[in-house]
Amino acid sequence: MPKVSLNVNGNVHHLEVDEKTPLIYVLRNDLGLKGTKLGCGLEQCGACKVIVDGKAEFSCNTPVVSFERSSITTIEGIGTPEKLHVIQQAFVTECAGQCGYCIPGIIVATKALLDVNPNPDDEMICEALSDNLCRCGTHGQILKAVKRASKEMSL
Amino acid sequence: MTLSPSFGNNPDLDSWLQFHRDGRITVYSGKVELGQKLTTALTVIVAEELDVDPGRITVLTADTDTSPNEGYTAGSNSLESSGIGLRQASAKARRALMEKASEHLEEPVENLFVTDGQIEVSTTKKYVTYWDLIGDKHFKITITDDVLPKSPDQYHLIGNPVPAVGLEALVTGTMTYVHDMEFPDMAHARVIRPPSYHAQIQDLNDTEVLTMPGVIEVIRDGSFLSVVCEREEQATWAASKLAGETVWDESKELNSKDIFDQLKNNPRQSLPVVKGVAKESLVQSFRLPENSSKTISASYQRPYHMHGSIGPSAAIALYDAQVLKVWTHSQGVFPLRLALADVLALAEDKIRVVHVPGAGCYGHNGADDVALDAALTARAVPGRPIMLKWERADEHAWEPFGSAMQMELKASLDDKGHVIFWNHETYSDTHMSRPSVHRENSRLLAAWHLQTPRPAPPVKPSLGYHTGIHRNADPIYDFPDRRVVKHLVQDLPLRVSALRSLGAYANVFAIESFMDELAHAIGTDPLEFRLAHLSDKRARAVLEAATTKANMGFISNDDRQGRGIAVSRYKNSKCYAAVVIDLIVDDYGAIQLVQAVIAADAGQIVDPDGLRNQLEGGLIQSASWTLKEQVNFDEKGIVSLDWESYPILTFAEVPKIETILIDHQDCPFLGSGEATQGPTAAAIGNAIFDSVGLRLRRIPFTQERVRDAAAKV
Repeated sequence: MPKVSLNVNGNVHHLEVDEKTPLIYVLRNDLGLKGTKLGCGLEQCGACKVIVDGKAEFSCNTPVVSFERSSITTIEGIGTPEKLHVIQQAFVTECAGQCGYCIPGIIVATKALLDVNPNPDDEMICEALSDNLCRCGTHGQILKAVKRASKEMSL
Repeated sequence: MTLSPSFGNNPDLDSWLQFHRDGRITVYSGKVELGQKLTTALTVIVAEELDVDPGRITVLTADTDTSPNEGYTAGSNSLESSGIGLRQASAKARRALMEKASEHLEEPVENLFVTDGQIEVSTTKKYVTYWDLIGDKHFKITITDDVLPKSPDQYHLIGNPVPAVGLEALVTGTMTYVHDMEFPDMAHARVIRPPSYHAQIQDLNDTEVLTMPGVIEVIRDGSFLSVVCEREEQATWAASKLAGETVWDESKELNSKDIFDQLKNNPRQSLPVVKGVAKESLVQSFRLPENSSKTISASYQRPYHMHGSIGPSAAIALYDAQVLKVWTHSQGVFPLRLALADVLALAEDKIRVVHVPGAGCYGHNGADDVALDAALTARAVPGRPIMLKWERADEHAWEPFGSAMQMELKASLDDKGHVIFWNHETYSDTHMSRPSVHRENSRLLAAWHLQTPRPAPPVKPSLGYHTGIHRNADPIYDFPDRRVVKHLVQDLPLRVSALRSLGAYANVFAIESFMDELAHAIGTDPLEFRLAHLSDKRARAVLEAATTKANMGFISNDDRQGRGIAVSRYKNSKCYAAVVIDLIVDDYGAIQLVQAVIAADAGQIVDPDGLRNQLEGGLIQSASWTLKEQVNFDEKGIVSLDWESYPILTFAEVPKIETILIDHQDCPFLGSGEATQGPTAAAIGNAIFDSVGLRLRRIPFTQERVRDAAAKV
């Protein structure tokens, strides 16, 4: 099997996997990064989002080989329970999570947004999260958390 | 004091609480965490009663080997059973520990006080801890009703915001869902479902699939088909290849005629509902009161809705040495064990079922079915843990949907505008098809497709208090004469079971829309009309609190903006909720929710943030059902197979929500997780009427439906 090289959360990995494998399976099953969630495999729900060269992208459908020259950040690369990122702390403060399955993808999309635009208005936030679905209806708390994070990051 | 119903099966204190020498406390609950923050609420209740720091407490997830059997986590019952149970168990434990401490310290109990598990003598500062007294030992006592829990004026934790258990793990992606578990030598599987409900395998050619990289086994039993591979992506590839190489007999089709025609015209069993309880007696006909000055009728409709979990169902099964172990996100590990034992012909004690969190389920979704899929697959590959995940289309097509419903209402008013007769009839399929033991039948999906199939058992009407179809069909208003009828309709096309709030969503939608229609018909304000028929003080209080708050809020100059209100009390016995919705219907018939106000009374509040999340989440989910959702199908099967063909509410579409919590620390807690489903739907319909004068009675209120209604005016 061919070798694929991937730069994930600042570490380069050389992996023997079928290059057609969608990125998410490599992240979760080869690198043990289970924070990225499989929701639809159709690029419709956003649970699988990761940051690729600064942009939030779906990982559930695109073959791993097309990420070889990219720098990938997953939810694990943003912060840890011991050292939460400002965005993650804002989600905890606002109690923005019920079942939590959609949350990693939403935090990833938020990070990509705030890195480029630290002071987005409501419309820009909704646009950035337009392909992230939440079924528990935590939208209100999530939007408050994104605004709190934006405020704290621009202090 | 009445003991929690949960003690019936589990009266030993040691089956609920265990104190460890190192100062930790393990709590066993038969209920499961579904994202509703139950773990947080149970932690707070135990910490409060024992006077310990919540950080010492771990609530263990349900496991048939270690947990008390509390049936299903459903029906907004968990705090009222497990919560009360753990409160009583903790009170009993505390009393036992105080008595032990009294002996140990040679001081009467009255002179002792507890701080974070340390029992001190108020005068001499002598102390002993819970962990010294009982650490790693058993109480060996039975929970009795002779110990009173704390009174609310002694509380210092309950009712105050507390950090939710596990949020740090959730926001860092380190929380382990069943989908994330790993075992040495674990293999991955996918299931290949028939193209429609009744299709059967005619011919299967798996020769090529068996040569694909990583393929371990193709499993077939009748028309049940799954494939096991070394790697997950290999399983997805092998499954889609197999799907293409299977020939199905699809001659038996679904009845795809208009579902509301079927609801009215299929055979049915009709039962009267008296004070919320269905009776096995004949439905009486009725005559309108002679003094009625006005009689109005209307019908309301709700289509099939999906649970639509964001994570497709998954399970892990390991079959080793004739023992089956299953890791599942089912809402009931004990009932699932029974159902698995039944289908697999295994003894119950040869099966262990362990709960692990999944994505939110909102009722009975594919969780139990995928557990059987995994078990059937694992049995063919003994010794290897099998992770079996449904794909998105499996979940959309095969989960048991929320039943379609038709509600027909009629009311007579006297010349003073009072309702003097109320008639409510609901036509629907069952709302309860959770798995159990059914001998030659089964409610687990894969059992229908086996070589020796076990089709779904015949449906019987549920008779309990506010169960299924007749949940919340009996209005909370003081109508002097009312007639409520449930019609359990047979031979309906789609697979159905419990979806958050069951029949309450559509019954309340109908009642609260109709109240609005009656108010308008006699030219009265809808709020005044409700209050004139409502003597329940707590129901009035939430209605008044919500409308007052909405009036103080943002008032729009946009004349397209409309406001709707609605109120209900879940199961007429649980949480009260009033909802106000402000929305705009634009010139093209598109609806934009602007703001929403909820006022709720859930009795004693344990965790205000968790309660708010449940109420607001319920509102958003209900708004999504009401504005956008409908399961579509044709004679070949379900055609709503992804999020494009079954769209749900997105971030740009949710309203701003304000929530008022009315706390009653001196009252019992009231289940709240389903309280806003019904009122939200009606408030939306009423707001549309207020905005553009169109009365929509068929959910979902899509742009097309608004336009059709406008065209008919």
